[in-house]
Amino acid sequence: MENSMNKRRVISVIVLNESSVLARVTSLFAARGYNIASLTVAPIPDSEMSHITIETNGSPKVMEQITKQLHKLIPVYKVIEHEEMVEKEMVLVKFPITEHLSDIGALCAAYNGGIANVGKEMIIAMVADDPKRTQHFIEAAQRYNPFEIVRGGVVAIER
Amino acid sequence: MQMSGAQMVCEAIIAEGVKTVFGYPGGAIMHVYDEIYKQEGFEHILNRHEQAAVHAADGYARATGEVGVAMVTSGPGFTNAVTGLATAYMDSIPMVVISGQVPLALIGTDGFQEIDAVGISRPCTKHNFLVRSLEELPRLLKEAFYIARSGRPGPVLIDIPKDITVDIGEFVYPDSVDIPTYKPTYKGNKRQIEKAVEAMKKAKKPLLYIGGGTILSNASDLVRELADKTQIPAVETLMARGVLGAKNPLLLGMLGMHGNYASNMAMSETDLVISLGARFDDRVTGKLSEFAKYADIIHVDIDAANIGKLVDVDYPIVGDITEVLEAMLPLLDGIDTDRFQAWREILKRYDELHPQSYVDSDEVIKPQWAIERIGELVGENAIITSDVGQHQMWAAQHYPFDRPRQWINSGGLGTMGFGFPAAIGAKKAFPDKTVINVTGDGSILMNMQELVTAAEYKIPVINLILNNHFLGMVRQWQTFFYEKRYSETDLTFQPNWKALAEACGGIGYDVTTKEEFDAAIKDAIAQDKVCFMNVAVNRFEDVLPMVPSGGALFNMMLPQKGEK
Repeated sequence: MENSMNKRRVISVIVLNESSVLARVTSLFAARGYNIASLTVAPIPDSEMSHITIETNGSPKVMEQITKQLHKLIPVYKVIEHEEMVEKEMVLVKFPITEHLSDIGALCAAYNGGIANVGKEMIIAMVADDPKRTQHFIEAAQRYNPFEIVRGGVVAIER
Repeated sequence: MQMSGAQMVCEAIIAEGVKTVFGYPGGAIMHVYDEIYKQEGFEHILNRHEQAAVHAADGYARATGEVGVAMVTSGPGFTNAVTGLATAYMDSIPMVVISGQVPLALIGTDGFQEIDAVGISRPCTKHNFLVRSLEELPRLLKEAFYIARSGRPGPVLIDIPKDITVDIGEFVYPDSVDIPTYKPTYKGNKRQIEKAVEAMKKAKKPLLYIGGGTILSNASDLVRELADKTQIPAVETLMARGVLGAKNPLLLGMLGMHGNYASNMAMSETDLVISLGARFDDRVTGKLSEFAKYADIIHVDIDAANIGKLVDVDYPIVGDITEVLEAMLPLLDGIDTDRFQAWREILKRYDELHPQSYVDSDEVIKPQWAIERIGELVGENAIITSDVGQHQMWAAQHYPFDRPRQWINSGGLGTMGFGFPAAIGAKKAFPDKTVINVTGDGSILMNMQELVTAAEYKIPVINLILNNHFLGMVRQWQTFFYEKRYSETDLTFQPNWKALAEACGGIGYDVTTKEEFDAAIKDAIAQDKVCFMNVAVNRFEDVLPMVPSGGALFNMMLPQKGEK
């Protein structure tokens, strides 16, 4: 029952692209005890704004507060929080070159990715898919003894 | 016009119509102080501590409704100002604090008197800026004032690196502000207002719950009109004392932890709460699940985040109280005021049953008596500030506040040491009014250096020290909840108050009887000098009624019945 209350949510925040704006957003989360599961931020092309995507969780009441408190920040232009979002998350995984490369290649293909780089000692695979599927990929990749896994955090866009 | 950054700061302050700036110089802000020396557009008051300077600007802002301005240097100058910023932030007070910063090239190098001012003040300002170039300085100054006073007001910090105050550039102070990401909502949603009015007409036991937002919005006259037109009974929060006026028959009193019986019972039994600029603070609500349990809630607030934060709201109205009430009042034409007659009678009965009372004494001065007495002696003409503790609650309970901005106290943050500098700010704004800081023997010492400020500038504020030789409020909790273990609250060791005041250029009074009390107040007003009035009061007097922290509002510890 707690699960449905503390549902995972993705919030998009459009902010003025000015110094310390990210600090304002993240310190708001810290100060009010909200959780950040993942965070991505990048400028919006041809504008003075940046797009921050925050993956968080909380009851509808907490989400309402997060949204309103974000709105109160002076450089925040817009806060988008609803369930109709197209979400993607990227992940990079470094495997030993001694693993079955064709298996890894097939695995990546199944998750909308491929081999990004091959070196003497290792190969680097890249996958970008729905966050849930990205998680599945990471689980499946475990059997090939990955050296390192770097997740990109969720990016989302309104449908 | 070409000028230095420091001159721009002064020009902006003058352009904003500020008459008094409170502050304290230091290395990083010296160029600005050099320009202050040369200009004649505003007066500068040298407080003797940065915290006091910010509280003084805050008191000035609360008394006038204008933006208060304080100026401090970098590093410790700024960190001393933080309590002042936080105090203003919690009570939504419009203020601009200008701090010096080390030169741009030194930022991030742990330079002398360098501290990350915008980082530290982020959670306790409405907004803050680190100025990064001279070009943006005029615009940021304009925005700082605009942000401070618009929407839900609050303090804004503008941190200026020293080299920017030296550089010379073109100064054009902007006429207007356009921040695309900041558009406060002033007008309430028409449909929601209509629904709220329908609910008011249908209610049987409605209650006006009046908060400090009504003062910030200068909406007192409209609130009085609303009460008068609807004949709906009302309670005020600590921050709203004076909005309806003590003589208003519809005013039940203050509600909350130290609210009176009728107010707290009204909130517990009402079927419709009409919240105007109040924010359901824990000191008001007590146990949330029992708060206004039988009521629908209309919540008018300019800050959408306040609505639904703590209680579920049935009629949310985001907007400025003034604009919402202007839209609401015509819709209430012809409201049946007799409908609420039975409810008013119940509440009147409650008040008769347990009035706000205390047992007076001929042996010793009761603090409540002292408050009532100054109410009788100076009443309407006075501005009352306070520190934090028992004396604050007694003042809120017993002083006959007649108008908004007559009562100035740190409600949200509860800052001891606020009252004296705030009184200095209020007295600067209203030199013709008697300004009394109701304080305790604990709080007053937290900014007692302001004696020197007040003496130097001839700012005759009266510090009424209700002296029980205790940190009284903590002592009261220790009595009730800690089996009388008076851990670090006994203040038996005391300064010689009279000598202390005199040493700093003020005057002192030691008062132990009612006759001495009257004589001292009259003399203090006539003397026109800052004073410490050390009033020995009953040591173990408690603030009652009291709702124990986290308890339901209707479970009050009540005072013994007295003749008052």
